[in-house]
Amino acid sequence: MDMHSKDETMLVSLRAIDLTNEQGFFCGRILADLGVDVIKVEKPGGDLARNISPFYKDRVSSETSLFGFAYNANKRGITLNIESRDGKEILKRLVKTADFVIESYSCGYMDGLGLGYPSLREVNSKIIMASITPFGSTGPYKNFKSCELVNMAMSGLMNLSGDPDRPPVMISFPHACLNAGAQAVVAMLAACYWREKTGKGQHIDVAIRESIIQMIAQPIAHWIINRVRIRRAGQHRVGWGPGLVRQIWPCKDGFVIFLLGGGGLRARTNKALIDWMDSEGMAGDFLRKIDWQGFDMARTTEDFIRPLEEAIGKFFLNHTKAELFNGGAERRIDIYPVNDCRDIAEEIQLKERDYWTEVDHPELGVQMTYPGAFVKSSEIWAGVRHRAPRIGEHNEEIYVKELGFSQADFALLKQTNII
Amino acid sequence: MTDMALENVVVVNFGWVLAAPVTGKYLADLGAKVIRVESVHRPDPLRTNTPYKDNIPGVNRSGYHALYNANNYSMALNLKHPKGVEVAKRLVAKSDIVIENFTPGSMKRLGLDYEEIKRVKPNIIMISLSMQGQTGPYASYLGFGNQLTGLTGFTHLTGWPDRDPVQPYAGVTDACAPSLAAAAVIAALFYRQRTGKGQYLDLSQNEAGVHYLAPLMLDYFTSGRIANRSGNRCGFAAPHACYPCKGNDRWCAIAVFTDQEWRAFCNVLGKPPWTGESKFATVLGRKENEEEIDGLISEWTKGHTAEEIMRLMQAAGIAAGIVSEIEDLLEDPQLNYRKHIWWMNHSMLGDYPHLGESFQLSETPVEGRMAAPQLGEHTEYICTQIVGMSDGEFIGLLQDGVFE
Repeated sequence: MDMHSKDETMLVSLRAIDLTNEQGFFCGRILADLGVDVIKVEKPGGDLARNISPFYKDRVSSETSLFGFAYNANKRGITLNIESRDGKEILKRLVKTADFVIESYSCGYMDGLGLGYPSLREVNSKIIMASITPFGSTGPYKNFKSCELVNMAMSGLMNLSGDPDRPPVMISFPHACLNAGAQAVVAMLAACYWREKTGKGQHIDVAIRESIIQMIAQPIAHWIINRVRIRRAGQHRVGWGPGLVRQIWPCKDGFVIFLLGGGGLRARTNKALIDWMDSEGMAGDFLRKIDWQGFDMARTTEDFIRPLEEAIGKFFLNHTKAELFNGGAERRIDIYPVNDCRDIAEEIQLKERDYWTEVDHPELGVQMTYPGAFVKSSEIWAGVRHRAPRIGEHNEEIYVKELGFSQADFALLKQTNII
Repeated sequence: MTDMALENVVVVNFGWVLAAPVTGKYLADLGAKVIRVESVHRPDPLRTNTPYKDNIPGVNRSGYHALYNANNYSMALNLKHPKGVEVAKRLVAKSDIVIENFTPGSMKRLGLDYEEIKRVKPNIIMISLSMQGQTGPYASYLGFGNQLTGLTGFTHLTGWPDRDPVQPYAGVTDACAPSLAAAAVIAALFYRQRTGKGQYLDLSQNEAGVHYLAPLMLDYFTSGRIANRSGNRCGFAAPHACYPCKGNDRWCAIAVFTDQEWRAFCNVLGKPPWTGESKFATVLGRKENEEEIDGLISEWTKGHTAEEIMRLMQAAGIAAGIVSEIEDLLEDPQLNYRKHIWWMNHSMLGDYPHLGESFQLSETPVEGRMAAPQLGEHTEYICTQIVGMSDGEFIGLLQDGVFE
């Protein structure tokens, strides 16, 4: 695919006012990647989310949070105390110039300030406002306190994950709010499309917990149809048949994911794996004689599966992740490595596709490596163009040059801690 | 005046399994006319996946498939039939967006790659969501989302630090990629409005997925640190775990972040003597003695139901929630209030739940309009009403076996 100028973006002439905390950062980041002018509004002194670890080279400061770097890149940033009277008026002036507002405060907070959707709509009838909250802004749980752990617990996903002899377990990195942020963008852009036809804005109410439920469709189906409860099963896969099938296998230097199964595709990959094992003298008669075409996972017995798993397990332990992944490529067998960050950084495929993007951080005197565009387009660039804003970095640019405040007023707002 | 946000947008979805159908479902739920092109000769693997109605296999009987396919139209079309590709192109000519997620190269072999379909519809927007992108040495590596979840890094980060990793159950990338794909194609509609040009979008599910771990990658690149799984712990809060409750395998998640929340938490427990110990009075102390504190809390939680604990904690202003099983979700007062699950009458499964969306729009409805379709349920409608075939032509092609 051709390389494009980093100035060409999917969207132009659209502006978002991003009032979110860490629950909503990703939403604005995606809009910014697509070309929206996203102005991140923080309280004077900076967001609390600037304290989220990890930090750049473990230097703990409000200008070195890697969470902020990752999810606020491509945005501009200003400071504003929206709880002050002047702050509210300034926010409204900004909203007049904007197409989108994103916020992730507790339910009712914006309304309490007189900055809820009904108020902002009066200022700009075309505004599209998205509120991203744990359970949504309606219903009996709307004021429930939450966090990643509770969102994941109540989503139903967590109950399906973990070792059977330990508590259910979550992904060890915030995930639900990122999922919700991305889904919010879909709704916001659709609302913008509708606005083109009707001239009307609207409010979008996003529930973080709900954004995860799509991941557990099959267990819902098993319960509804057969009243079968899928239970967490550690390294095994449940829900594809009556029994447990190992999917995570230890290998020489870590773990790989490989699925045994029946049917056309699996008949071929199972056979190809046994042939590979055989070529290294690691398939006994038992394995060589299996008729994979007639193999049906639903009708296998423990007596059959266990020795099979044992033999495959031995073979995997004899090889590294890379050997199995690459050997799989040659033989059209899907054996995936369980990658950690170093493995991901070294993935040949990502390098060959020029995925990683170097981003200047002049204040730190470095270029930092970021994940590249989430999609490659034949026409535009959707990756990182510049680093996340520093605290109040664009105050003067936006307050003085764009909103037209005089230097004297700008100084006054600064001194009174409004910006 | 139109009712739904994406009304009048026509999408042809050649894809299958999860990534492409979920992308299409976002658009369908927001009002686009999304046509899934399917064939009985190579049915969507979700259609041939368990559980089935009455446990009898059949392409219209899978409860798994039904959950994911509300609001979609289904057109049966055999793309291996010489006339099938021609019909597909006529359909594409009437559409705005094409979605597919086959192994790279498949659409080209069918004669339906971007270069080909651009001939019949120059400003078409086409997105391919393959596992690892359309180019590069691993482009055609086969696999499913559950496996890609390992490549992208989620598996390594799920489980206990003293144990082997576990899967976060689902194919996480199958959820990460579709929302970004749907956002990209709607954005491409605006680009087309502005420039008159369509575009081709190559979305690697792996590349999209890595964004969901971006800070950890930045940490690796700058400090060399390799993040590890940490159970349910959080670096700056304790207690922060799932606690065992009354009943069989019942759990409640509780997270205490501040001193104020800690005091409220102790009150909920009735202030047993251990809560007054000075080693638990500070967040540093609680983190240092986390295992001990979790054990003490478990003794209390075992005597109560998960629901009771959630309510007591929430009333005290503490983040807490039951670890929901499927039954809990179906009875969840919040989900039911918001009608998150769409119960609709499915042709084979009867009154059946279909997945809703996490977003509600104040002016344009996002709701279940159509249950998951039977394979080919809308073939005639699509051919005569969208493609513009005469009844005679439709019947002729039907007899030729094009719509199988």
